[in-house]
Formats: sequence, C-alpha cells, structure tokens
Amino acid sequence: MWIEANIALKFLRQGRIQTALILVGVAVGVAVIVFVVALISGLQGNIIERTLGTQSHIRVQPPEEVNLRPAAPAGTVELLNEDKRPQRLRSINNWLEVQAALDGLPGLKAVSPMASGPGFARRGDVLRSVSLMGIDAARYERIIPIRDEIVEGEFRVGAGDAVIGRQLASELGLRPGNKLRLEAGQGRDAIVNIAGIFELGVRELDARFVYLDLTQAQALLGLPGGVTQIDVTVLDIFAADASAMRIARLTGLKAESWMETNAQLMNALSSQSISTNIISLMVALSVAFGIASVLAVSVTQRTREIGILRAIGTTRRQMLGVFLLQGGLVGLVGSAIGGFAAYALVWLFNTVGPGLFYIPIGPVLIPASMALATVTGVLSAMAPAWRASRLDPVVAIRYV
Amino acid sequence: MSDGVLRLQGLRKSYNVGLPTEVEVLHGIDLKVGRHDFAALSGPSGSGKSTLLNVIGLLDSPTQGELFLLDRPTRAMGDDERTALRGSSIGFVFQFHHLIQAFTALENVLMPLMVTRGKPDAEATERARALLTAVGLESFAGKKPNELSGGQQQRVAIARALITRPALLLADEPTGNLDTHTAAETFALFRRFNEEFGCAVLVVTHDPRLSDSCDRTINLVDGVIVSDRVK
Repeated sequence: MWIEANIALKFLRQGRIQTALILVGVAVGVAVIVFVVALISGLQGNIIERTLGTQSHIRVQPPEEVNLRPAAPAGTVELLNEDKRPQRLRSINNWLEVQAALDGLPGLKAVSPMASGPGFARRGDVLRSVSLMGIDAARYERIIPIRDEIVEGEFRVGAGDAVIGRQLASELGLRPGNKLRLEAGQGRDAIVNIAGIFELGVRELDARFVYLDLTQAQALLGLPGGVTQIDVTVLDIFAADASAMRIARLTGLKAESWMETNAQLMNALSSQSISTNIISLMVALSVAFGIASVLAVSVTQRTREIGILRAIGTTRRQMLGVFLLQGGLVGLVGSAIGGFAAYALVWLFNTVGPGLFYIPIGPVLIPASMALATVTGVLSAMAPAWRASRLDPVVAIRYV
Repeated sequence: MSDGVLRLQGLRKSYNVGLPTEVEVLHGIDLKVGRHDFAALSGPSGSGKSTLLNVIGLLDSPTQGELFLLDRPTRAMGDDERTALRGSSIGFVFQFHHLIQAFTALENVLMPLMVTRGKPDAEATERARALLTAVGLESFAGKKPNELSGGQQQRVAIARALITRPALLLADEPTGNLDTHTAAETFALFRRFNEEFGCAVLVVTHDPRLSDSCDRTINLVDGVIVSDRVK
C-alpha cells in the first residue's frame, strides 16, 4: 500500500494543472451540495418549527358520530338517502385511562387533555367569538410553551383566571387584572379575571384562544369531568403519523398527526427534499465524470510509465490501487476544500445574510460529504484504473 | 542444468492465434544462457529479436515450447507469479531509458525494490547510492529525469535494472539513441556489472561493433537462430 500511495501522490503532484482543475471541480461540487442541503434543511426546520410552535403533533379526539342502521336482509337492493349527523361536543370516554395509557407509550414526549368548544367573549356591548380551551396548565405547557409567549401579566389558569391572546385583548381593550365575561350558550356563562396576555404570532390564534382552567371550561361547555381532545407531542416529529396510527389502534379514538392536518405543507417539504436530492445527485454525477475523465487522460499519458512499472515487477493489483487511490485522494482533498468553502458560505449567510432564518450545519454533514466524495472518487476511478491494470506491458512500453 | 540462468526448449511464438492472419514469429528456438554469459542477440529488423526478448523477459508468453528461468518452468505461470519472478530475477534496460518522470534518480533506481518490498530500508538506499556511484551519477541522486541528459538517464536505468541483483540483465537496443562515445561507456558498464555481480547479460543490438565486443553472438534471422558463436 505504501508504494501505491507514493506513486499515486507523485503522479497527482506531477500533473499539477490537471490535479488543480479537478480539485476545484470536486470542491465546487461538494460546496454546492453541502450549502444547498444545509440551506434547505435550515429552511424546512424553520418552517416546521413555526408550524409546530402553535399546535400539538397528534390530536386525539372521540370518533365521529355516524348513523347506525340495521343491515339490509341478503338479496335486497338498498337505496339510502342519509343525512349525516351533526357532531356534538362530546367527551372522550374514560379519558383518564386513555391519558394513562398514552403516558406509558414509548416515543411520546407529552400528553395533555383539553376541554374546548366555541364561545363568546363579551365586554360591555362588544362581542367576539372565541375558542374556550380548558387545560391542565402543567401538562399543556409541555405541548406549547405558552409561558415563553406571555407579553403581559403571567401564565396562570387557576380558578377564575384566564389567559388570552394579544389580538383579542386589544379588540376588547383588556389588560391583566380586567374582568371578562365568557358565554358558552344555553345560559352558561362565567366572569373571569385576565391573568396574562400571550402572543403566538399567528393572528387567528391570538384573536381566538382563551385558556381556562380545565374544570371551569368543563362547566362552561356542559361537559362535567370530560375532555374533548388529548394533545400529544412526539420525540421524532416525522414519526408522528406512525405514532398516530398506533394510538388510534390502541384506543379506538380518532388520532390525527400534524402531517395529516398539514398535508399540503408536508407535500411541499417532501417535494423540496426530492428536488434537493436530484440537484445533489446531478452535481455528484458530474463530479464523478470529471474525476473519471481526468484519470482516463492520465492513464493514456502515462501508458509508457505504466508499462515500465509493470515490467519491473508492479502487479496488476498494485497498478489498480495506484489509480483508485488517485480517485479517492482527489475526492477527499477536493471535498475538504469544498466543505470548508460551504462552511464559510453558511457562516456568511448567518452573519451578514438577510437574517430570515438561521442555517445550522450539523456536525455530520461535512464529514459525511467528505466520506461520500472519497467513495465517489474511488468509484469514478474504477474504469481508468482497470484499464491501467490491464495494459499489456509489451505494448505499453512501446507506446509513443 | 546447474549453472543455467535461462533455457528455451522448442519455443514458438505466434500472433493472432486462431485468426486467418495468424503469423508465427519465432519458429522453435532452443537456447541456453549460462550464469556469466555476456551475449549479444543480433539480426535484421523483423527477425523477431524484440519478440524473443519480451518472451525471455516474461513480458510475453510463448505459444508453444517451454522457457525455464532459474530452472523454473514459466509457461503455466499466472500473471502475478510471472510479475513476481520478473521483478526479482530480471533487470530491464530499454532503448528509450523509460524512467518514471515523477520520481528522482535515486527513487527510480529503488523502484523495483519499492514495488516488490515496500518502503526501502537503509541498506537498500545505500545499495542504490552505490549503484549510482558506479554509473558515475552519485551527485545526481536527487535530480528528476528531465534534468538529466539522455546518457545519464540511460545510466540511471542501468542502475535500476541492477538494484534487485537480477540473475539476468536484458537490454533492448540500449545504445540505440546514444552517441558513439556514450554508447561505448554504457557498454563498458554492462561488461563491468557482468564481471562484478556475475549476472548474465543479453543485449539486443544491431550495432556490429557492440556485438563484436560480446563474448557470445547469437544471430537470429526470420525467427530462427542461424548462428551462435562463442569467442
């Protein structure tokens, strides 16, 4: 191996301009791949974070109510004109047991029950429609860290306390400490104290969400002791739909993952990933062909030297090794330069760029690209190396 | 069989075997070369000299017959075995010196050892320096081939051919593109190494002055040995 490496290095150093050109080629290719991959994963991470910042990964709800009808006797034709049932606000049966079961499932990070339904917020003669959300504060915070989004007052949903969004607060002219009347229809209403005001950054949510104590919401919505949904977050967000299916099978409830509720977003993300992969593949292919053609030229240029090396005792395997090593070395060194360039580009983007989002470079990306480029270099060198090893020394020595 | 380096028995070589254009270049060669022989192989162009030299040098294999190198039959050997035997027991000097341009003179001399044994030890390097000194190039050890004259390159090639202490030194028109003076010097080196190291030398040449100064002259015409004279 020593002599193969030695000859490979000397050959590369001797063909200085060729070597420099192909190194630049490999470096540019690797830099493009690393930068694009980092950029796209940064972008996707940012989008996902924004999307999931205000919703749980999986929402578990009671199954939809359907009309039950007797089965038609065999051999009859059935004509059906069916009105779908309206979906009442219903509690999850035995939700405490369901919650306990979910707490024990692997792969889940947090489980939080919620009693939620529609209502009105009234101050004086101003009326706004809102979402009443009764939560177990400690559990809910592990789903959405609402405490971090408080802009006024504090996050406290004890008895008689409510936390509302900034939009609603400004529409109703509310500050922490003010009173607010909540109505849930059918004569159920309550006066609550505004404990805090949050801002999630999504206008719709900031205008509608009213966080209450679970018991108070249950009373308002006419669901004593019940919850309408259980929110779940998972450890691996891309495994959310698998976890949702598991929960649905386990509990017989309806479990929807964020991937289903944001199907379009998922579609966009995966198209983006596919196009990134295609770009990377194309760039890698052109780099591979570049390496192969430079080495093919080198084999032709060195035909006589290959012949003489064979004559003085170099085996075919050694000859093969000399050129495979050249391919690998070009891949390794070129990708190291390219990785460094990409790192610099990302740093530049993060420090003086538009600042829309931050591009992280994981500790694996550059070493992995270098390993891949080295393997690609060796693979690209296979055809030229094979030709070099199969040259007939008699013919090669006389080659002019 | 005792002191033979090389023995050829009914050796034939054809090209394009099995094709309508099949042509036999060597028609049954019988030849013995002893350990201390200093022989010239001469003949007109197209007589098969180079083909014979390639077959003897294990660069090419005979179509028929057998070739014994150091009493080992070689025809049935695979490429790796032939390469190993070639590397250890034959030294080559070609007409166009053929040094590896990327390496220094010293590294070129060491190359046959490096490809067979890996990184050279102090003893090998010392031997290479001694050989460079013997060919009068001790001060050129660190020079690249393109910094040397044609004659100097040829002398480096001779030193390279001898580094493995081969039993047989093969030279194909070694003085073909050297001027008369340099040619004579080069030939003197062959003579000296033949005597000092006791390696058999077989030189292909059609320069009558050179073949005359050999101990033995083998004359090849149309693929047949027509005369084999020992002085």
